[in-house]
Amino acid sequence: MADVNWVALTVFVVLFGFITWIGFAAAHWRKGNLDLLNEWGLGGRRFGTLITWFLLGGDLYTAYTFIAVPALAFGAGAIAFFAVPYTIIVYPFVFLVFPRLWKVSRKHGYVTSADFVRGRFGNPWLALAMSVTGIVATMPYIALQLVGLQVVIGALGIGGNGGWFSDVPLLIAFVILAAFTYSSGLRAPAAIAIIKDVLVYTMVVAAVIVIPIELGGFANIFAAVPVQKLLLAAPGPGTTGSYGVYVTLAVGSGMALFLYPHSITGVLSASSSHAVRRNAALMPAYSFILGLLALLGFMALAAGVSSMPQFAAGFAQFKGNFAVPALFMWAFPAWFVGIAFAAIGIGALVPAAIMSIAAANLFTRSIYKEFINPRCTDRQESQMAKWASLVVKFGALLFILFIPTQYAIYFQLLGGILMVQTFPAVIVGLYTRWFNHWALLCGWAAGTVVGGWLFVVMNFTATYPLAIGGWTFPGYIAFYTVILNFAVSAVLTPVFNALGAVQRRDQTAAADYVG
Amino acid sequence: MPGKKRKRHGWSWWYLLLLVQFVFALWVPFYNTAEPSLQGIPFFYWYQLMWVLLGAGLTAIVYFATE
Repeated sequence: MADVNWVALTVFVVLFGFITWIGFAAAHWRKGNLDLLNEWGLGGRRFGTLITWFLLGGDLYTAYTFIAVPALAFGAGAIAFFAVPYTIIVYPFVFLVFPRLWKVSRKHGYVTSADFVRGRFGNPWLALAMSVTGIVATMPYIALQLVGLQVVIGALGIGGNGGWFSDVPLLIAFVILAAFTYSSGLRAPAAIAIIKDVLVYTMVVAAVIVIPIELGGFANIFAAVPVQKLLLAAPGPGTTGSYGVYVTLAVGSGMALFLYPHSITGVLSASSSHAVRRNAALMPAYSFILGLLALLGFMALAAGVSSMPQFAAGFAQFKGNFAVPALFMWAFPAWFVGIAFAAIGIGALVPAAIMSIAAANLFTRSIYKEFINPRCTDRQESQMAKWASLVVKFGALLFILFIPTQYAIYFQLLGGILMVQTFPAVIVGLYTRWFNHWALLCGWAAGTVVGGWLFVVMNFTATYPLAIGGWTFPGYIAFYTVILNFAVSAVLTPVFNALGAVQRRDQTAAADYVG
Repeated sequence: MPGKKRKRHGWSWWYLLLLVQFVFALWVPFYNTAEPSLQGIPFFYWYQLMWVLLGAGLTAIVYFATE
């Protein structure tokens, strides 16, 4: 433990202690009966505009975001910035579409998007497909939050030699997370998200003011970026090149982001559709921070932290993910480093909590209640969800402890490809039942299978060079496969209708979406 | 809610304003340049950051116009 940064560690532990207390105290906040799934899993649908803003921010801007986006900028340059246009286009989409989901879900007590699909189309298998997709896509994401936590724990100097001792802090964090999620449900991460945001905004604003001054201005910073990575490479003849990749990454990711179970949980826990709409205008504050975070990756390049001896071990172990921790340790006094690392660490626990609750909600409604115990009581339902969220977190922990991090990243990239396949059923389903429910299931299957296959064929990268005529269109696999999904669903709809596949009962009425 | 008239959100022409952000954010060939730079920040970067804020502004306008 010779290299432990004691000042930073103390600040870190104090802040962690504080949020642990909050996590447990949150059970009494806007008090409700936590034996109801609605209360445990959606906080009673009582979060106003401001709390929803914090919760969604905690959801979407995670420890993994803070570590991985700068790491991508650090390594690959301009392409990392796709995260910015992706968030620019996602919020108008949320503004227009998600109030509808909120209203119909409130009316009918839907807790997940799979619930909605079940009610709208009457097909439990389609709902199951939505649910399994959500669970599978979420689990690696939870694992990656723990990776973010691992990086800052390692940067604090704990257990630098590997071995099981270095996993102890992670295990402690995990136990705390599991305990307050079990006891308080969604209220816990909602409350902690407030602290997290205060820390993150402080950290990022301080960083983008102080570090450029230390480095001699932005011109110097950008001068350190290798010229070929500073901007996107202009496409060669006959191909849309990096432009196509950038745009399809932005659009595909934008389509998928709010379909993730944890995003839906954030939206459905709001107290009104107005809160959802207001947040569509307010959330871009986070996007701005995200853009600045990407620039931190460039600052790390300019500061030359990867060639500093004191960071050699960190870079060896965590590669580009160590860029931001190293940059902070170089630029700031130890006490501020503690705050910054606590921001990242807490920024891991909040989304991990929300994601595990969201996955648990999916399992409980679409698998347990649908197929295993349809006549379960409210209490059994919420109890099952509590256990499910423990299992999900535990699974993520095992993943991180025993499987190389690289695999978690692959699964997360694949997760976006999987998640976007729920777009036709969920988003289009909010407007029309024109698609036949079996056709939708086939479309989902086509998109999922082809997407997974392409991902493997491309050696676990998320882009595919689609070749049509003499032209190549390299692009995000999620974007191409969702188009395939729509095409299959559209073609098979008249087929299934002709075969007599009866349109099942729609639980919802047109007025439920606009009321 | 008895007695309270709730505004219904159907289609509004204001929604077309939201398309503006789409176009400006996704027209990559237009902004993939370093100049004009702002305080040393290349155009590619400050342009996109600017559109985060402009986009939020447009969404806010549409919100107030359609509430």
